[in-house]
Amino acid sequence: MVTDFLTKTLGLSRDVADALLVFVAVNILLCFVAVSAIFFIWLERKVAGRIQDRLGPTRVGGKFGWLQTIADGIKLLVKEDLIPGEADQMLFRLGPYIAFCGSFLAFIALPFADGWVAKPLSIGVFFMLAVMSTEVFGIILAGYGSGSKWALFGGMREAAQMVSYEVPMALCVIVPVIVAGSMDLNFIAKQQDWFWKWYLFHDPFTFCAFWTYFTCATAQCKRAPFDLAEAESELVAGFHTEYSGLRWSFFFMAEYAAMFAVSGIAVNLFLGGWNIGFLPNSVQVQLGIFANLLGVAIFILKAWGLVFVMMWVRWTLPRLRIDQVMMTCLKYLLPIGCALLLGVAVWQAFVPVLAVQIVGYLLCGVFVGGLGWVVFTLFAASTKLPGPGVPNLWTPSGSAKQDLAQT
Amino acid sequence: MDFLYPILFWLLAALIGVSAVAMVVTQNIVRAATWLLFTLAGVAGIFFLLSADFVGATQLLVYVGGTLVLVVFGVMLTAQGPFINLKIAAGEWAIAAVVGIGFFSLLAFTLINAKFDFPVPEQSQVATTAPLAAGAADGDPLIGDKGTGHRSLAASVVLGEALLGFEKTAPEAAVTGPRDVMAVPAPLPGMPPPSSRQARLVPVLKRQKMAYLLPFEIVSVHLLVVLIGAAYLARSKRRRGGA
Repeated sequence: MVTDFLTKTLGLSRDVADALLVFVAVNILLCFVAVSAIFFIWLERKVAGRIQDRLGPTRVGGKFGWLQTIADGIKLLVKEDLIPGEADQMLFRLGPYIAFCGSFLAFIALPFADGWVAKPLSIGVFFMLAVMSTEVFGIILAGYGSGSKWALFGGMREAAQMVSYEVPMALCVIVPVIVAGSMDLNFIAKQQDWFWKWYLFHDPFTFCAFWTYFTCATAQCKRAPFDLAEAESELVAGFHTEYSGLRWSFFFMAEYAAMFAVSGIAVNLFLGGWNIGFLPNSVQVQLGIFANLLGVAIFILKAWGLVFVMMWVRWTLPRLRIDQVMMTCLKYLLPIGCALLLGVAVWQAFVPVLAVQIVGYLLCGVFVGGLGWVVFTLFAASTKLPGPGVPNLWTPSGSAKQDLAQT
Repeated sequence: MDFLYPILFWLLAALIGVSAVAMVVTQNIVRAATWLLFTLAGVAGIFFLLSADFVGATQLLVYVGGTLVLVVFGVMLTAQGPFINLKIAAGEWAIAAVVGIGFFSLLAFTLINAKFDFPVPEQSQVATTAPLAAGAADGDPLIGDKGTGHRSLAASVVLGEALLGFEKTAPEAAVTGPRDVMAVPAPLPGMPPPSSRQARLVPVLKRQKMAYLLPFEIVSVHLLVVLIGAAYLARSKRRRGGA
């Protein structure tokens, strides 16, 4: 569509139009990745603060500390760029860029709305997994090239962890791929227009595959409780101990980009992609470009939701030991992944259509009902405090105080 | 893409060539692995350029995400000092040069003598050539991209038949016909029946003497043997240590 406009209306040659389109698409994606990294870093601090009963950033840029990340960025930019004398200069310099390229390239095949993808690939999921597996190499290079023992340990743990967790993650990705019969993310997401058609509710195996996938994806992004590569309490800062300034921030950009990318895969595979859940494809076709704009917003919100869950998990659970991390993968997640793969294949081949539909509606109903019940009990729970508080140590304030006054 | 294609190709080719040479020349193993990363990524890029997305992605996943990571992992586990440098004796250089030049000339000889006349089906026959090619009509990016897809599809069919040991011989009537027509299997449901000219050209699949399937399977089993052997060696060492 856009190519036609460029070639016919503006009279550009096909080559120039293609090159221009690629340039624009890549720049939009780059801006999106950078801006969402800024947002995620702010969100991470706020979430961490709230979970630890603090406020998080409050000063820079108004009441909520909106501009905290910008301030951090300026600090990182003007920081001295150190390279240790022991380090292998070439590997040390290359590491952050390879890591960032790996996680950024994945966005090329990620559809944000129906047909809104930088390069439509018929093997979209596979391409994303393959490209994201190159991110590890940058981190290992950084760990090895730093010439520091802490960094070396971090890099080694990272290598072991990533190579292992790739396997169950890929197995879980295949489960919805079998259901859809395609590896094209755009096609897969388009199948799930009503919310009871989301592959999360398709059958018990896809339902379990989502949670397994999300666990593996958390490990793949080296987020706590699997952040062994940078375990602060053991390895100073792991693979990026020796990094400072802009290079260090590239690692963070790569991490947040990878978090969004794996969440995007999960949203497209299990959670209906850009579909809000109440707009069938026929209505979306009539809405035209507005459906796509709405779709982009929905998709990004869903993916941000998953990223938020990753942060929630990070600040809630304690870190595992390296042997526990490997055992979780090889002794539990891998067999679970194999069982799910076999199960969904049998399910697709032998279970009659009517039973598949009934089970799907049941799963959807039970899950939505359960979620609703949990939310209801959270909001309906009594806000009354158990007692008057500890004198001189803690005095309840605000609405809690009113409740106390009433009792 | 007539103008961009050669530019991209030569850029990637230069990347592959330069980093391959650098990989051989450098004496640090991890640096060599890094240069190998660029070579492999460049080859993956060439695959993407040829619309062979699946092969390109597999290349990245297997070699970059798996093999190279394991190489560096092995170095990190076994290194005595901070950075290892390979010391290469003059004799090793000589042997390596002989082996390298021999292998290169073998490859070059095979390539020069190979006939790259894979039959390219005509546009009208694309839809009936194979079920896979049905995507070409819908503008499937993998297959129907400006003719390159048709060529690779035809080539893969030829390769697959050779693997199973089938040789295609055209029936007598077709010998005089154009040589660029290949297999026309039964028409897909919903497709018009093949014209009399196409029906005349249906080739006969004949069993060849030599198939490549057996050697291929032997190599696969060999790989399995190596895997089991490695696992056995690792286990036995641990058992001895424990006892």
